[in-house]
Amino acid sequence: MLKYLSNVTTLHYDADKCVGCGRCAEVCPHGVFAGHQRPAAITDRDRCMECGACMRNCPAEAITVRAGVGCAVGVIYGALGIGGDCCCSADSSAGDSCCSDAESPDAQ
Amino acid sequence: MNETTTQQTDRCCDAGDSQPPCCEAQAADDQPAWVIGEINTPAGPVPHIATALTLADRLAAARVRLGIGRMSYAVPAGLYAVGSPDAASPVLVTANYKLSFDRLRERLGGMDAWVLVLDTKGINVWCAAGKGTFGTDEIVRRVSLTGLAAVVDHRTLIVPQLGAPGVAAHEVKKQSGFKVVYGPIRAVDIPAFMAAGMTATDAMRRVRFGLRDRSAVVPLELVHWTPWALAVAAAGLVAAGLTRGGFDITAGNWLGVRSAALVLAALVGGAVIAPLLLPILPAKTLSGQGMIVGIAIAAVATAMGWIPLARETVIETAALWLIVPTISAFVAMTYTGATTYTSLSGVRREMRLAVPIQIAAGAAGLVLWTVGLFLGR
Ligand code: SF4
Ligand code: SF4
Repeated sequence: MLKYLSNVTTLHYDADKCVGCGRCAEVCPHGVFAGHQRPAAITDRDRCMECGACMRNCPAEAITVRAGVGCAVGVIYGALGIGGDCCCSADSSAGDSCCSDAESPDAQ
Repeated sequence: MNETTTQQTDRCCDAGDSQPPCCEAQAADDQPAWVIGEINTPAGPVPHIATALTLADRLAAARVRLGIGRMSYAVPAGLYAVGSPDAASPVLVTANYKLSFDRLRERLGGMDAWVLVLDTKGINVWCAAGKGTFGTDEIVRRVSLTGLAAVVDHRTLIVPQLGAPGVAAHEVKKQSGFKVVYGPIRAVDIPAFMAAGMTATDAMRRVRFGLRDRSAVVPLELVHWTPWALAVAAAGLVAAGLTRGGFDITAGNWLGVRSAALVLAALVGGAVIAPLLLPILPAKTLSGQGMIVGIAIAAVATAMGWIPLARETVIETAALWLIVPTISAFVAMTYTGATTYTSLSGVRREMRLAVPIQIAAGAAGLVLWTVGLFLGR
């Protein structure tokens, strides 16, 4: 599995708040959280792509992460002040590669 | 299954609250081919949909992959029926992007199920979840608009896992009474997931980025960058032609032709070769991987004589060795938006290092190339 840069993710997890529901492990597309145990454990935080699914689904608010889309064109657009994120914006739907659904032919 | 009036107002052809109750008029001439009938439910008639994709569906999908006419490719939000569903049949949630919808229904052949299509403005599940349009509020709203609680007697929604960034499962439960079970990432795993009593294996829960996934984005990358590369190549061709051989832009314009060809080769390096070779290129950043491919292209071009290697052409050699890897690195860097593993923080860090290098190398290359034009021969 491809791995990106180390020690960059903004993922923070407070094990003291965890109620052990297992949602974080269920939703993470990179297996960053280990399965059903209490408290949940982070396996390899460098795999985190900052999608924000774990934070959104943690009922105990034990997880924070600065969610965003890792897309260079979006960062450039943002820096130039033209139209925020690249992904899935109106122009991306017109053919920009960013965040295209083609990224995973079988994903829904 | 007899009271058909109470909630049908909100179900059909949903495009907002001002829509007429139902849409017979529109349906008559505008009925999509994938609607094969209607099923009566306590919440009104529900369109019955086919699970087999037609040639038209597949052709449209191919067009979408090339970035043609994506916005016009939304499915009306609402409830749909697959097979012969009853009050106990499962409810699968998806986006109203036609490709998301097609990938799902294609895998539901032989099953009896309900499909709840959210209004995500024609955008796929993952992207819409990131923007929040595939999210808690829209699920709660759509459950109530479709009268789902009257159609099924269980209280479970199967939501694709990639929708999770927008959906707070516990909030959906609190606000709608429906419990969220996250389904597998890939629609192809849905039959196995259902057969296992709505449980997903770890493998079903992981995004992949194999050769097939990586190559699927290549056409879009090429379509996106080719006009730019052609413009740069043409500008080089004309500039070299005007300076060297009067207004003749071909004969005697060997530098212009080579430069133009190298720009296009650099594009292919960044948009095709780097994404395909990603796992084996010895760099962690996409721009680093693109640069490696660009250097390899420059080396091959030098070996072939397309980049001259002689004392009197040293400026031109340096210029092309700077320009080619820079273009490949930049184009490859933009591929971060298509990957499934790059985080925003990571991309920012990558760019802090890579962009200044690209600007410096690109500018130096351009200056040297121009100087070489005037000094050459
Ligand atoms: S932000 Fe996404 S990738 Fe990172 S740990 Fe949470 S669910 Fe996993
Ligand atoms: S989602 Fe939150 S409460 Fe549940 S296991 Fe993960 S960290 Fe613990």
